[in-house]
Order: sequence, then structure tokens, then C-alpha cells
Amino acid sequence: MSDKNALNNATLALQALYLEKKGAIIDNAPDFLNEKRDAALDSFLVQGVPSKKVENYKYTNLVEVFDRQWDVVASKDDANIDVEEVFQCDVPDLDTFTILMVNGWYYPKNDLTALPEGVTVCSLQEAFAHHKDLVEEVYCRYTDHTKDPVLSLNGMFAQDGLFVHVAKNVILERPLQIINLMNGDSDRMCSQRNVVLLEQGSQAKIAVCDHTLSNQAFVFNNMTEVLVKENASLDVYNVQNQNNQTINLSGLNIEQQSNSNVLTHAVVLHGGVIRNNLTINLNGENANASMYGISVADQEQHVDNFTTIYHSKPHCVSNQVYKNVMSGNSEGVFTGCIHVLPYAEKTAAFQQNNSLLLTETAQMNTKPQLIIDNDDVKCSHGATVGQIDEEALFYLRSRGIGEHEARLMMIFAFAHDVLSNLRIEPLRDRIDQLLERRLRGEDSPCDSCAIECNS
Amino acid sequence: MGDQDKLLNEVTQREYQYGFVSDIETETISKGLNEDVIRLISSKKKEPKFMLDYRLKAYRYWQKMDMPKWAHLNIPEIDFQDIIYYAAPKSTPKYESLDEVDPELLATFDKLGIPLQEQKQLTGVAVDAVIDSVSVKTTFKETLSEKGIIFCSFSEAVQEHPDLIQKYLGKAVPYTDNYFAALNSAVFSDGSFCYIPKGVRCPMELSTYFRINASNTGQFERTLIVAEDDSYVSYLEGCTAPQRDENQLHAAIVEIIVEKGAEVKYSTVQNWYPGDKNGVGGIYNFVTKRGICKGDRSKLLWNQVETGSAITWKYPSCILIGDDTVAEFNSVALTNNYQQADTGTKMIHIGKNSKSTIVSKGISAGKSSNAYRGLVKVGKNASNSRNFSQCDSLLLGNQCGAHTFPYVEVANNTAIVEHEATTSKIGEDQIFYCNQRGISTEDAIGMIVNGYAKEVINKLPMEFAVEAQRLLEISLEGSVG
Repeated sequence: MSDKNALNNATLALQALYLEKKGAIIDNAPDFLNEKRDAALDSFLVQGVPSKKVENYKYTNLVEVFDRQWDVVASKDDANIDVEEVFQCDVPDLDTFTILMVNGWYYPKNDLTALPEGVTVCSLQEAFAHHKDLVEEVYCRYTDHTKDPVLSLNGMFAQDGLFVHVAKNVILERPLQIINLMNGDSDRMCSQRNVVLLEQGSQAKIAVCDHTLSNQAFVFNNMTEVLVKENASLDVYNVQNQNNQTINLSGLNIEQQSNSNVLTHAVVLHGGVIRNNLTINLNGENANASMYGISVADQEQHVDNFTTIYHSKPHCVSNQVYKNVMSGNSEGVFTGCIHVLPYAEKTAAFQQNNSLLLTETAQMNTKPQLIIDNDDVKCSHGATVGQIDEEALFYLRSRGIGEHEARLMMIFAFAHDVLSNLRIEPLRDRIDQLLERRLRGEDSPCDSCAIECNS
Repeated sequence: MGDQDKLLNEVTQREYQYGFVSDIETETISKGLNEDVIRLISSKKKEPKFMLDYRLKAYRYWQKMDMPKWAHLNIPEIDFQDIIYYAAPKSTPKYESLDEVDPELLATFDKLGIPLQEQKQLTGVAVDAVIDSVSVKTTFKETLSEKGIIFCSFSEAVQEHPDLIQKYLGKAVPYTDNYFAALNSAVFSDGSFCYIPKGVRCPMELSTYFRINASNTGQFERTLIVAEDDSYVSYLEGCTAPQRDENQLHAAIVEIIVEKGAEVKYSTVQNWYPGDKNGVGGIYNFVTKRGICKGDRSKLLWNQVETGSAITWKYPSCILIGDDTVAEFNSVALTNNYQQADTGTKMIHIGKNSKSTIVSKGISAGKSSNAYRGLVKVGKNASNSRNFSQCDSLLLGNQCGAHTFPYVEVANNTAIVEHEATTSKIGEDQIFYCNQRGISTEDAIGMIVNGYAKEVINKLPMEFAVEAQRLLEISLEGSVG
């Protein structure tokens, strides 16, 4: 990428926005975040808003997204609306600690008194005040703003976010449910920065639901940095269900130490342009990472799952399965890269992307990559794009199942395959149900989500 | 590990067998590249005006371009002003029989194990031998001309069939295509031209042996194959180059036009000098190969065995325009020592019911890096198109790399596209199994590698299959324990 491409109109507009709001942003954010802002701007200007000529954004045109005037609300005040009354999670039997985040800000009325000892959940601002050493252990340690322009943007604009810490050998049985809400009466860009730290031998499950409360267009730039220490285990389930004007740029950057175990799930239901950057660095022996994704898209939706797995140490295992069901004029993208570094012997890495195209105008672009610099590995990947097997369909029909129903059964089976790995049962059942309703066309963007806002 | 090191040493110490310089007088022009050099090349070749215009257009376009950086390759800076762009054996007399050919030249081919005489008498392969860019000898021309087949050097074709050249030049690979295609279009010296008329099945396999000979001359080949309706041709290209310390640049273009119902099979064995065991010297092989399946039911097959060159950058591609067209790409790429390869294919499906198959086998040893890069693109109107890709990598030695960069773009819901890739090394259990049955580790590896590549080698014409198998053995035998 050369500098002349980087300084496009979209880049200049975001630079101007930053310079205009800088004072307010800094006033309402902790010093720790402020220190890195100007450096983030510099690296953003070098990279620019990526056009389709930038390899990593070849299939997702962010210039289109940012080639308009976006606004940023730099103070917390507008997030202080009373959402609790209009908002309730309706997943049956799902017993979680619920944490609300509004427009990138920690919701002050979150009640977390029931959290067991050794588990800390608070706003990032508060964490900087009270647990600075813990935050410092993770924040910007394994994430490089110069590597990705969306990350640089987060560095420029993010003022708050969530901090989660699980102390040594503490096992959090009840999942944490983080609900990211977008709300407001005007279009805006919201940035959020989260830090998650799991100490040795700890365990946690986190369900993240992205949701919009109003019908405005939002850019949600959500960056999460995670450190999973020795023998720790973390599950992250992300259900993305926002209105179709919304652009969701989500980054999940996980550093794993030895014998750690990570499971991630990305469930995409609604949203305009969705880009999920997932980076996992297996930086300790015997670490294990499983990544799953299911995207169901229609209309003009654009879903891009971008994963990078570094096998930095020997004896690690990674497994990725991403599935897409594309209909309408939707466009799906999967880019996965398995990077086995030298001396990462006995690596086992697997990557799979299967996509169904249901309409003539749907599109799928997939790029599963292997970069392997060690010989003692077992790595494989597979990618398929196609449609429902007519023979299997015939089999079902010959047993008296109507064509439409048979088709749905097969699509559902295709999608369910990924969900069967989800380790929170009520959530899995709920997503199963949502998927089915979604596939049957019985949903509206409003009721097909894990959280019903009743608005 | 001790055993492995010893065996690795043995292999790395193996000298390049084909490293010798033929003592043939060559005519060269001075180093450097500018418009005058292009005019000089064009006038030396007595080209018509349209050719000069084409070259100049390409050169002006090239000047505006930057060297591409996207490949997974580490390419040292190339000084394009430090290259001689034209080298031709002095005086190129027309020979009627092999006896008149310079005995030195014939000896060169003998050393390569591909004597012209034998080829002519025993195998019936017509050979268009290209030594340093100018075609010296074309055999079997008469037999072919009876059928109306044109098989001659590119410069001859420019003189004798300017209408055909003008019609097809740059149709598959326009000069604007990429950096090296533009460079080639500006300075190409010679190459082969092959035209199969309507309904003709070429009775023999056409073959060109390229060889870079004079020191410091980049070789800029250009091959154009046109297969008219319902015709068939199998074309062989093989390359060996003498040992040199300075890197030599080779930027070739191959264009293939396949009309309705025609079939073209293009096979390559590339064995250029890969540089010594320290990565010094070797050929830079930057090739643009592309075929267009223009008519309905046309068929194009690319088969390649790549064992040579310090850097290989090559993506033989197919554009499937016609309905019911078929394309295949079968490749074995082997890298050793410090060799680098970034190779693969593009299959662009435009016509309905088009089918393509990709089989790529990469073998990396030593400190080499071997990448597969491919694109399968299904356009909106390519209903019922089908692709299957398989890319396997075999790693021998813990310092080499094997990479896979497949791109799949599908915009039609009736298309079925599948891609799969695996990376592995030779299993210790496999070797143990062979050892147990009295087969030495070296032989076992040879067997396993040959078995691994067999799927592709089997697709090669007989003569090539033998050479290819031998090349794999030479390059790999015993490289891991």
C-alpha cells in the first residue's frame, strides 16, 4: 500500500473528525488511552481507510462506508438513558451476569454485586484507576495499531469499554453476558475498547450480543484484547444482530499461553456491513483454539470474517469452521490465514469454510490461506461454495417431505453443524431457534435476536 | 538428525548437471533499455511497423508501472538497465536438414539428453529449438505444412503471417496485464508461433526447447498458439540453462487461443539453473501464461513440472469464455536450497457449464519457500460451472516453507466450487514401513515423492514424464532422513 492511496477523502474526513473532537475525547477519557491517540492517528494516516486495493480489505470496501460525514459523541451523558426498563434479555433459562454497554460506554447501573470473589468486571476507565497493573499487562501489549487501520481508528476514538479479570484458579460457572447497545437519534460512530485477562487456571464463558435500539446508522468499532494465561479456558460467543444500516467492525485479539483453551463463536444474523477480525496467537505449548462462525445474510448485507492464527509454539492445535448461508443480494467473505512459524513443531491446524448461495445475486468470496514454515505439521484447509444437493433433496422428497420444508431442513442442518459446539446450552437452543425462524423468513430484524428490546 | 544432515549435505553438494556454456558465437547489443533499444531490436528483426508500435506502446506503459510486491517472494532489486535485451546466434542460416546445424549446438542438446536426431527419428517430435531467443532450427516443418499447420519461430511468423500475428497478439495477455508482461511485450526477442487450422488434429507433439545461453542476457520469449475450430494440439516446452553466478531474468509470455471444439494441451518441464546451495545465482523466472477457451466446448490443459529457477513466479491461467468449456491445471513444483516459487493458476469462469480442475503438488526442501496462489472466479452468468481444486504441500526439512493462497470468488448460485489443501511431511511410519521391508531411507523417500507427484506426472506426455521423474529424483533423492 502506498501513501498516495492512503490519503483518500474518507481518510481525510476521519482525520478532520478526530481533530475537531479531540479536545472532548481527551477530556472524557483516561490518560492511558489518551497517550496513544496521536500515535494511532499517525499510523492511521499512513494506512488510510483501506480501499479494495489493500489486500486485507480486498472484499470489504470501507472507503464506501467512511466516505460520508460521521459524527462522534465524545461524552458519556447520552449513554445514560435508562435502558433497563425497555431492555430485557429473553433467552429462556439463560442464567448470566448481564453487563450493558451503551454506545461504547459502560452502563453505570450494571449490578454486579453477585459476582463471585476473584472476578472483576468494570468499565475500562475504572480499571485504569484501580487495576492499572492488570490492564497494562494486556492493553496494547499484543496489539499493534500500525497493522490495521480499523485498529488505529479504535485507538483514536475509543474512550471506554469493558474490563474483565478472572483471578488465578477461579472458575466462573455462570457466563458473563455483555450486551453492546447502540442507541441515539442521529447517525454516529461508536468505539469501544475491551480488555480481558484470565489468570492461570481460571475459566470463563462470555456471551457478547451486539444490538441496536434505534434505527439510525452506526459504525461500531469494537476492539477486544484478551490474554489467556496457562491452563486457563475461555469461551467467547458473539451474536451480531444489529439493524441493517449499521457497520460493525469488530476486532478480537487473543494471546494464548501454554495449555490454554479458547473457543470462539461468531453468529451473524443482521447488520449492514460486518467485518470480524479475529487474531489468535498460540504462544505457548499445547494451546488449543477453536473458532466457529455461522453467518446468515440476505438483502444487501455484507459479512466478512477475517481470521489469522499464529502457531508460534510447538504442539498447538487450532480448528476453524465457518459457514455462510447467503441469500438476497448479500455478499459473504471469509479470509482465514494459518501461519505456522518456524520451530512450531507438531502443529495441527485445520480450517474449513462452507458456503451456500441461495439466490442468483448472492456472492461469496473465500480465501483460506496457509503459511507454513515448519515441516513437522499437519495442516489442511477446505473451502466449498455451492448449493443444496439435489439428490439429498430428492431423498427427502421421496419420503413425503415437501420441497420447501426439505430445503429448510437441509439448510438448517448445514448451519446447525457449527452451533453444536456452543457450550452454553440455553444460548445454543435460542440461536438454533433464531436461525430457524430466520431461515423461514418469519423474523424481523427486531425479534430475531437474542435480546428482545420490546421497543 | 545426524543422518538427515549427512543426506542433506549429499544433495546440496550435487552440482547442477546441466551447467555448461555452449561456445556458440552470439550477437548482442549493449546493455540497457530505452526506446532506441526497442527500435534497434525491431529493426534487427526487420519487423513491420505494427510490431514496433506495439513494442513502444508496451514500453511506455511499462515505464509507468512499479515492480509488483504482492508475491510471497523475496526478490532482490533488479536493475533493468543492466541487462542485454537482445542476443542472437550470429547469422541464422536456414537449414534443410540437421546435418547443417552447428555441431556445437547439437552437442548442447546431446548433453541435455534430448538429441534432436533421436527425437526426429525415434519419437516423431518436431522440435523448434530456441537458443538465446532466436529460433535456429525447425524440424518437421514440411510434414506439418502439408496439414496446413504453421509451426515456426515468432519472428518468422511476423514476416510471413503478419495478419495472424496482428489478429491474435496480446489477445490473451495484453501488454497492460502486468509489469513483466509489459516488459516482455516491449522487448521480446523471439519465441514460437503455432497455428492449427480448422478440423486438423496435429499428428505429432510440438516441442520447443528453450535455453538461455549467452551470459547476462535476459530471455524474453513469446509463444502464441492458436487452435481453430475442432483442432487438437499437444505442445511441449522444456527448459534448461547453463550455470551462471549472476541472476538472469526470464520474463516470458505464452498466449493460447482455443476456438470452438478445439483442444490444446500445454506441458512444461522447467529445469533452469536454481542457483547454488548458498542461493547464489540462478534464473528469475517471471512468466505470464494465459489461455482463452474462446469457443464453446473448447478445452485447455496446462501441465507443468517446475524444478528449476531461483525464483519462479508463474500462473498459467484459463479464461473460460465459451459454454461447456473445460480447463485443467496440473502442477508439480519443487524447491530446494534457497529457491523460491510462487506459482498457481487462475480459472475465470464466464461461460455456462464450464468446468475446471486444479491439482497442485508442492514439494519444499532445504531453506526454500514454495507457494501456491490461485484464483477461481465464477462470473454471474456462468451457471452450472464447476471447479475442484486440490493443493498439497510436502515439506522436507524443518527450514523450508509451504504456503497456500487460494482465492475463491463465486457470484452464481448454481456453481459448485471446492478447494482443499493439505500440508504434511513424509510420515516416519511410512519410512519405517519401507525400511522394515529392506528399502533404504533414500529409496523410500524417492518412492514416496514420486508417488505423491504421480497424479500430475501421469498427465505429461511420455517423453516428458520420463524426464520429469528423473528431475524429481535428482533434486530430492535422500534430502531427508
